[in-house]
Amino acid sequence: MRIETGRRSVTALSTAAVTLVLGISEAFAAAGRPSPWETGMQEMVTELGQNVSNFHTYLVWLITVICVFVLALLLVIVFRFNENKNPVPSKTTHNSLLEVAWTIIPVLILVAIAIPSFRLLRQQLVPPQADLVVKVTGYSWYWGYEYPADQGGGFKFDSNMIADAKDLKPDQPRLLGADNAMVVPVGKVVRVQVTSADVMHSFTVPSFYFKVDAIPGRLNEVWFKAEKEGVYFGQCSELCGNGHPYMPIEVRVVSEQQYAAWLTEAKQRYASTDGSAPVKFATAQ
Amino acid sequence: MAHAADAAHADHHDHLPSFWRRWFYSTNHKDIGSLYLIFGFTAGIIGGLLSIGMRLELQEPGLQYFSNPQAYNVFVTGHGLIMVFFMVMPTLIGGFGNWFIPIMIGAPDMAFPRMNNISFWLTVSAFALMLCSLFVEGAPGSLGFGGGWTVYPPLSTVGHPGPALDFGILALHLAGAASILGAINFITTILNMRAPGMTLHKMPLFAWAMLVTAFLLLLSLPVLAGAITMLLTDRNFGTTFFDPSGGGDPVLYQHLFWFFGHPEVYIMILPAFGIVSHIISTFSKKPIFGYLGMAYAMVAIGVVGFVVWAHHMYTVGLSLQTQAYFVFATMVIAVPTGVKIFSWIATMWGGSIRFTAAMQWSVGFVFLFTVGGVTGVVLANAPVDRYMHDTYYVVAHFHYVLSLGAVFVIFAGMYYWFPKITGYIMPEWIGKLHFWVAFIGSNVLFFPMHFLGLSGMPRRYADYPDAFAGWNMVSSIGGYVFFAGLFIFMFGVVYAFIRKERAADNPWGEGATTLEWTLSSPPPFHQFETLPRVVDTGH
Repeated sequence: MRIETGRRSVTALSTAAVTLVLGISEAFAAAGRPSPWETGMQEMVTELGQNVSNFHTYLVWLITVICVFVLALLLVIVFRFNENKNPVPSKTTHNSLLEVAWTIIPVLILVAIAIPSFRLLRQQLVPPQADLVVKVTGYSWYWGYEYPADQGGGFKFDSNMIADAKDLKPDQPRLLGADNAMVVPVGKVVRVQVTSADVMHSFTVPSFYFKVDAIPGRLNEVWFKAEKEGVYFGQCSELCGNGHPYMPIEVRVVSEQQYAAWLTEAKQRYASTDGSAPVKFATAQ
Repeated sequence: MAHAADAAHADHHDHLPSFWRRWFYSTNHKDIGSLYLIFGFTAGIIGGLLSIGMRLELQEPGLQYFSNPQAYNVFVTGHGLIMVFFMVMPTLIGGFGNWFIPIMIGAPDMAFPRMNNISFWLTVSAFALMLCSLFVEGAPGSLGFGGGWTVYPPLSTVGHPGPALDFGILALHLAGAASILGAINFITTILNMRAPGMTLHKMPLFAWAMLVTAFLLLLSLPVLAGAITMLLTDRNFGTTFFDPSGGGDPVLYQHLFWFFGHPEVYIMILPAFGIVSHIISTFSKKPIFGYLGMAYAMVAIGVVGFVVWAHHMYTVGLSLQTQAYFVFATMVIAVPTGVKIFSWIATMWGGSIRFTAAMQWSVGFVFLFTVGGVTGVVLANAPVDRYMHDTYYVVAHFHYVLSLGAVFVIFAGMYYWFPKITGYIMPEWIGKLHFWVAFIGSNVLFFPMHFLGLSGMPRRYADYPDAFAGWNMVSSIGGYVFFAGLFIFMFGVVYAFIRKERAADNPWGEGATTLEWTLSSPPPFHQFETLPRVVDTGH
């Protein structure tokens, strides 16, 4: 019994050590927001995000092995080749085989990285047919969302950070909660078109994996398909001045029924009086 | 002066110019080198204090020390620009480069001594302008420029209408001009003034590093000058290079900036590669392993460094093919870098190593640069960079290669060449104590930033969600420890000057084979009036 307990605690300890090094801490991770003392990526709720997370775990293994290898060599050097242990230095300055090896092996490692990397890049940048297009505009210092009429929307609204802690809902952390969240249905391909009205901003939701710059004069695109209902937060990720830390992104992923209900409600709530509501967005492939 | 006697013992016979002439009109490469070292250290203290301000603010969530995030951003920007242009570059290139390139290649001085002087004083003027920029209006109602060291428009145009950035742009112009002049000087010196018998393939690796660095400076800085001139005219004369309402494009600026900015990071690290090679070879009592591979790895890094710039721009909306190319090209750089790491290890392997302060800093560098290097490979991959871009993961990465890379080598070089430069011995325990304080401090400071970045904390945030508080507190404590280490160094310098223990010509023994160790400590005011003849360098 004692031995088993001992072994189990050793296993637990080594698992903890490995997770710390690996940067995966499932125990701490909560979807959609950072957690205290987190050492890894936020929990991913899109398939692409899961792929990114797996690819990153793979990379962390590789680079950890490389660092440990270099560290081990250095430790051997420190303990074996100090002047007390080894008073007469060798005169070796060339070893063709070794030099070829440490050129070729890194190349092979890089190829082993590049193949999954290119596959993932393709998945990210070749979008499937979108079920829904939402246009996001960065302003100093808030976000604007537009839902086109041809998809049941026809309204636009601004999303500001909730500045006063009293107004935060229980599921909204400080600096992350917004007064009007972007709402999307679960399991649908959402294409986000991102631009800016003044300086550059950057639109990101870590749990969906992506980040895309909002640049005046350009329309950038990114897509996601959230697999899990919930509230997901991001923060402006391109320096935009004084309000840079104060323009969070809040995305609520809801069921299709809730989404339909929200659309009806939002149409009244954000009713446009000046006729500037979006009708249809171009969906250039 | 012109008739100083036998080079090795000439210091007593040198006729030194008056204080004012010697230090203000200086055309002597060693005096200018010393000026650069003092200047770089001073600028480093200022840049370091700015970062302490940042760490104080980030120690806890909420705003404690800064009245608003803009003021914090001004500190961030100042820290970045000062550390890059006025600390690392002047110290490694202007300081160590000026001091030791002519000596190592057996030349009496730099090719253009008076141009060397103007290079230095332009750098000082640039720094003065940079400091002025902190005290004039930038964004409406606040002082200084807070748009980051990358100075991206439109935040640097419409976002900062005040004159702060105009000061900043002119500072960069002057610093850039100074660096271009310095680069021309180094290239001419290294190509034309090597001692008889010293072919390029017998040249010390630090000279190779400086040659490659000088070419990078010469080719990249004009592009920066062009970009910031376009920015200046956009700001002041109604042009619209980067303004979409006039047909321009902010992304154009990013391409131009990073075409300079990426070679710039190699400009900061290549001289460090050179210095570390000498220190490791000296204290292992072995010639450098794979000398030619080491030299051409630096050439390869320099060349490939020019075609990878858009890996800083994976989120701006580049096409699939463009991103794939930059992923590929960026990862190629890992190969020559790996060659260097393994060659350093092979140099030490089988050696009879004396772990002096300089050697400890160098071994620390080899490991920490590896850590910074492998996170660079992670970031090179656009699919994951899309998650990490502009988070603290990036901050951790580039501080591992620059702060724990270049800065560690600056201190390694300081402890290595201190007896040669000053003629005094600094007790070894001072440098070793400083190393351990800095090693622990810097890792506690920067390692948790990987976690913060993975967890999603964006860069350049004065205030952050409460979940990030824990690692930020750890990081701040590390920052204070790292900074405190500087006082050990300063104490060491003062102590050595008070103690006045004379250094031998070669305090490091048989492993120190480069030409500076054949001269007195400090070297005579003018060395090599009879050129040394290089027979064999042992490669």
